[in-house]
Amino acid sequence: MNILTVRRISQALFLLLFLWLCIVSSLGENWWQLRGWPVNWLLQLDPLIALSTVLTTRTLYSGLLWAMVTVVLTVLLGRFFCGWVCPFGSLHHFIGFLGRRRKSTHDRTAVNQYHRAQSIKYYLLVFLLTAAAGGTIAHLARVSQDRLMIVSISVLAGLAVLVRLGILGVIPNVRKTIGILLVMVGVWMGLGLFLPLDRVTAASLQIGLLDPIALIYRSMNLVLLPVIDAGMHKLSTIQRYYQGAWLIGVIFLAAVFLNLWIPRFYCRFVCPLGALLGALGRFALWHIGKARDECTACKLCDADCEGACQPSGQIRISECVLCMNCRSSCKEGLIEYRTSLSASGEITSPDIRRRGFLMAVVSGLAVIPTLRLSGQVGPNWHPAIIRPPGALSEEAFLARCLRCGQCMRICPTNIIQPAGMEGGPEAFWTPILNFRIGTSGCQVNCIACGQICPSAAIRPISLNEKLGREEYTAGGPIRVGTAFVDRGRCLPWAMDKPCIVCQENCPTSPKAIFTREHFNTVRGGVLSVRRSDTLNVEFEGNPLQPGRFATGDYYCTVDAAADNHRRRIADNTGNTVTIASSWPWQTPPPRGSSVRIQIRLQLPYVEPKLCTGCGICEHECPVRVRRAIRVTPENESRSRERSLLLPAAGQRQ
Amino acid sequence: MNRREFLGRAAKASATIAATCSFAYWLYEGAPPGPSQKGHAPVVLPDFSIPDLRGRMGIVTGRDRIQTLRRALKAIGGIEAFIKRGDRVLLKVNAAFATPPILSATTDPQLVAEVARLCFKAGASSVVVTDNPINDPASCFTLTGIAEAARLVGARVVMPTEESFKPTTVRGGALIREWPLLYDPFVGVNRVIGIAPVKDHHRSGASMTMKNWYGLLGGRRNILHQDIHNAIRELAVMVSPTLVILDGTTTMMNNGPTGGSLADLKRTNTMIVSTDQVATDAFGATLLGRTVTQLPYISKAESSGLGTADYESLNPVRESTG
Repeated sequence: MNILTVRRISQALFLLLFLWLCIVSSLGENWWQLRGWPVNWLLQLDPLIALSTVLTTRTLYSGLLWAMVTVVLTVLLGRFFCGWVCPFGSLHHFIGFLGRRRKSTHDRTAVNQYHRAQSIKYYLLVFLLTAAAGGTIAHLARVSQDRLMIVSISVLAGLAVLVRLGILGVIPNVRKTIGILLVMVGVWMGLGLFLPLDRVTAASLQIGLLDPIALIYRSMNLVLLPVIDAGMHKLSTIQRYYQGAWLIGVIFLAAVFLNLWIPRFYCRFVCPLGALLGALGRFALWHIGKARDECTACKLCDADCEGACQPSGQIRISECVLCMNCRSSCKEGLIEYRTSLSASGEITSPDIRRRGFLMAVVSGLAVIPTLRLSGQVGPNWHPAIIRPPGALSEEAFLARCLRCGQCMRICPTNIIQPAGMEGGPEAFWTPILNFRIGTSGCQVNCIACGQICPSAAIRPISLNEKLGREEYTAGGPIRVGTAFVDRGRCLPWAMDKPCIVCQENCPTSPKAIFTREHFNTVRGGVLSVRRSDTLNVEFEGNPLQPGRFATGDYYCTVDAAADNHRRRIADNTGNTVTIASSWPWQTPPPRGSSVRIQIRLQLPYVEPKLCTGCGICEHECPVRVRRAIRVTPENESRSRERSLLLPAAGQRQ
Repeated sequence: MNRREFLGRAAKASATIAATCSFAYWLYEGAPPGPSQKGHAPVVLPDFSIPDLRGRMGIVTGRDRIQTLRRALKAIGGIEAFIKRGDRVLLKVNAAFATPPILSATTDPQLVAEVARLCFKAGASSVVVTDNPINDPASCFTLTGIAEAARLVGARVVMPTEESFKPTTVRGGALIREWPLLYDPFVGVNRVIGIAPVKDHHRSGASMTMKNWYGLLGGRRNILHQDIHNAIRELAVMVSPTLVILDGTTTMMNNGPTGGSLADLKRTNTMIVSTDQVATDAFGATLLGRTVTQLPYISKAESSGLGTADYESLNPVRESTG
């Protein structure tokens, strides 16, 4: 079978697999819904996600170990992932193919020429990795102090080895090498000694903004599936909403359409994963290369080159995505995938300049500390940043969140939303809870978001932990925030209207929302008695709207009478009120006395120690545009800074 | 040549694979992270009191707080009984608000300077003046005059930074648990003197020497107001001072603890120096015209064995400078 066919089958299979995994990320009981399908597998295969989370957390979390498969194969074979596996790459490949279908060889050769701007992706990679590395750099600098003996011994041992190698002649300029080593060790130890790096540096995971796998998951989850499914409602019975999804859609479409201008535009110029794999594949054992330097220079090989790596001349190994088009298009059969170098020479290393590299490093190190000057991770916390249950404390969360949108996709009530600028650029597109959108609040018995999160930015908590049961009783349930009643907007508080939908829907037991009974005299509700009997009272004039007070919520009481207990009103006409027959007046209200018509209200209150911030009350509140009960991240479990209450007396350790 | 080149590449590729795989193995973490990040190990303040000198109290009336201070110290055995050569002293002042000393919302700067001077005279090798104020720290220390007064006598003012706090858990405490404590100024210190004015405090009833330790806490200390009396009791457990000085020369009778007007103040012309913070505050209550029963934290502290609310039982030395 032709190698191109094999590649196309591989691409199609992985693209279909990706689509399948997106489809099965649906809640339900069918076999094609969540049934332990490895829905994060492509994210886990992505070495950039693995590397950048290692930089932010200094651990390689669980399934991200899959990335080692990609790493090992890339070191041996080159950028096979880009040309054979990556679903985003395959999409670009296909659109690019459509775009150049009717073009002449000359034009195709022109758009597939190597462009200097292809090095931008390496700078982006360096920028994003250094933005993730601040904490680890500080950690390493500290290690030089904490483990002074071990470090000194290792440095001395290293020097001894170098000197020995120098004597053996393995290293040509051993003095220079030793000099460089000593300077590096000096800088390292000096940083640890003199600069409190922990306080200067800060890091967070920004890789998800551009990582192609995170990007295509996000685009699929938040834009394509909701748009496509809107007509079918196969994946979700309701319309899914995602705040700010338009921008994700614009970026996705732009990345796709740019292929019509230059094939694999994203892969060549932007993709930081491609850059990483390009750097990893430097020593690949198998290379695309020419068997002989001389050829007819027909440039047919360049015409369909996906990576723009110039197979006709000095091939740029780090740009080659192993599409194998050149191998097939060479009429002379000169181009092979083989272990020896190209006869026309090779450029193995990425085309990066020292100046650009340093700029990327410096701006990468500076970006997070600079963003944090806005204080949004600290004192300037935005009330909209309510994280899903089980989310790590904010800095640890930002060190892990990929913005892949898996939690937003899986949330059954659609309340997990991509953040806009509420948390600043650093938290852009990270998951926050929005209780106005969607179908309910955070469901009591749901832990889907933490279970699907590929990087444990939202921990895979158990139901017992979420609800504070069994071994978690002492800590109580996980709180994501606290509901506050806005008394100026609440119907019973502000408008004399009975309501308490919030109290009814409060899912905790006992309810965090409770009520206090309160009677308010209605507007114009003080009336003068004309005559009365034990159940009826007639007023002067014709002041009442018939039936208005027959709802069961209205009461009347007689001012300055012997029997001034409130009686529930059963019915009223234009000038009479009838009270419930179960409790007649002993002495009917005397003529000329005042009767007050009152409404019985149940005023909602929140007991913060019971409130988990699930937001069901906010979602159900009938005051729609700006809810009369709203959750803010006050008292969320994960943050001591936002604690609200002392442990109650009598319940203390 | 080709073979050699290939072997070279194979060696580099194998080295890369070996290195990344061993790194991955080393860093692999199958379990998800726990709910909270590990912080600094908790610290506990040592006991700064001097066992043989417990239960001493001097109450001196007079208009000049320098004179009354000196006389009160002399009455309980002289500063030399408490501060020896080489001691490292921390003065916990009340610098809570960025207000001038004349408003008496903060510890009087001349009083701070005099205590520091006497400590040095008794042989102290260092004197640190600190507080974690409510208002902006730099403004507080400047406007209260404490920073300059301390500097002039050679004491060191330590203002809190984020890094000066370490978590502490009060022995038997229910509220102050793993709570950020202004710990850095205490490093190396072996004597602690609390110096506080007498002030009305709407929530707790009165702010005197025990409430003054609140200024050693950081974090979300404002939630302690939900249970202020137990919180003050725990503060008094947290700090066992060498001495406390309660400056009742002027008392803030109302609108506390900020004051803001001379009309809130009353001349009460009293200086109390004692080793018993409970007795001191119990006496201080009388300057405010309040009783011990109106300040529940005093009996709470007493029943925790931190001192006596019956200050007369200490047979305080009473003098007057006229």
